[in-house]
Amino acid sequence: METYEVAIIGAGMSGLAAGIRLAHFGKKVCIFERHNAPGGLNSFYFKDGRKYDVGLHAMTNFADPSIKRAPLNRILRQLRISREDLQLRAHKRSRVASDACDLTFTNDIEHLIEEVASAFPSQKDGFIKLFEEIRDFDDRKLSGPFASAREKIRSFLSDPLLEDMLFCPVMYYGSSTEQDMDWGQFIIMFRSLFIEGLARPREGIRVIMKVLLDRYREAGGIRRMRTGVQRIEVEGGIAKRLVLDDGEVIGAERILSSAGLFETSELCAGGFDVGEKEGTRLGFAETISTFEQGVDEIGWNEDAIVFFFDGSRFDYRKPNTAIDLRSGVICMPANFQYEEPLSEGVVRITALANQEKWFNLGESDYLEEKAKWESRIWDSATRFLPRARSPLSRVAFDMFTPKTVHHFTWHKQGAIYGSSIKWKSGRTPVENLFLCGTDQGYLGIVGALLSGVTIANEHALR
Amino acid sequence: MTKDECKQVVLDIIAEIAPDEDLSDVKPEVALREQLDLDSMDFLDIVMELRKKHDIEVPEAEYGQLVSLESCAAYLTPKFNALV
Repeated sequence: METYEVAIIGAGMSGLAAGIRLAHFGKKVCIFERHNAPGGLNSFYFKDGRKYDVGLHAMTNFADPSIKRAPLNRILRQLRISREDLQLRAHKRSRVASDACDLTFTNDIEHLIEEVASAFPSQKDGFIKLFEEIRDFDDRKLSGPFASAREKIRSFLSDPLLEDMLFCPVMYYGSSTEQDMDWGQFIIMFRSLFIEGLARPREGIRVIMKVLLDRYREAGGIRRMRTGVQRIEVEGGIAKRLVLDDGEVIGAERILSSAGLFETSELCAGGFDVGEKEGTRLGFAETISTFEQGVDEIGWNEDAIVFFFDGSRFDYRKPNTAIDLRSGVICMPANFQYEEPLSEGVVRITALANQEKWFNLGESDYLEEKAKWESRIWDSATRFLPRARSPLSRVAFDMFTPKTVHHFTWHKQGAIYGSSIKWKSGRTPVENLFLCGTDQGYLGIVGALLSGVTIANEHALR
Repeated sequence: MTKDECKQVVLDIIAEIAPDEDLSDVKPEVALREQLDLDSMDFLDIVMELRKKHDIEVPEAEYGQLVSLESCAAYLTPKFNALV
């Protein structure tokens, strides 16, 4: 029986980061991944000769290298990865759009402060105070007990539209809870989006994946792809063995699982007590359209990301319809500050989706529904873009739904941000089994890397 | 190993952990944390690299001995010399 000091379930961002730490310090470590491609929720694929990213719109947390305590810089140090290797380029600008007004933002917070002052003159002082509170907040208090971010924001801002225009991007980029979120989590997200900012490698998530995979291999880590873990055998509260999909048995002294809290519990024979109900999970759908014309020609060459909602309030919750057309996120990967522009115009649109509406469809109905909702999503989102300068000629299209996400990641209900229940300590009732990834609680690419690093440091290195 | 060689070993480790830090003027008697932007994760890494590269074990209760270059040298040099 092959035996490892540490077995990691899942070759996503958190599993790879944990693996790098452990392999670097000489642990005999193996990552088991059921899919043939690494990356988990931030992966990529090829279709008809084109490369597509999954997950990544933009990487958040793009802090200046001089800010040593910023999450991105801490991770680079912990993983011994050089910043240059990630080839990150800042966005040109992005935008929050509502029916009434727009707020643009760049990686310079002063720009957003001016935008708020001009669109919401009465809120300017409150917004500056809010920004200062978030900037100066003591990191050690970030993981305190749940406090409502909505209530906290209302002590600074009295205009509900501005409140929603801040919540829309913050929630879309990393809230696993509906309508409101924890104040600590809001601070983390606000900093990562507006203070540190957005960036992306020209070639997308593949660049980041390659750096991580090379680093893991170089450190001596082993990776087994197309090798799912079927179950974890627990005896007397201790995980003894992993049984792989093909029946092979693997020994492991410790196990780190990025499969999710409930998913990991189900891997253990008889499960373990997760103590609470399942919580909610949010599903998303995304359309990816590629046009022959570049974004310059179309006239969509300014915004990298557009977060939009219509009507009077932003409603962030699981919709009753297959897709919620009232809000969403548009991503145009061309609008980052690359040295060489991207030739084709790619427009990705993400919206909240109801998982059951997609899961319960037969194959032909599923395709029919996709075709129907695809054009509705497009019509809804383009309300918030300038009119295209020339007729668009679409050369490629793809769409994924929660069903797709579930199919490739095995996360329950195809959830992107995991369950609304997080186990920040990473501990489970099984003594040598720990969680990393979405259900441990740090979200986004940098968050997932930080999750892997933290859990490896806390539970598998000392 | 001399104390100066030991200080260099620690500096080499810090250079690897935090390549952006300017290490040309680190004052041996002043706390590393006051001169360099190192957090608790970085300090853990100094301990881990000592174990990995040099087989030197620093128990958690003794992490405080690594506060400055001078104290590192005083604490670690005997450990290095005991290895041979």
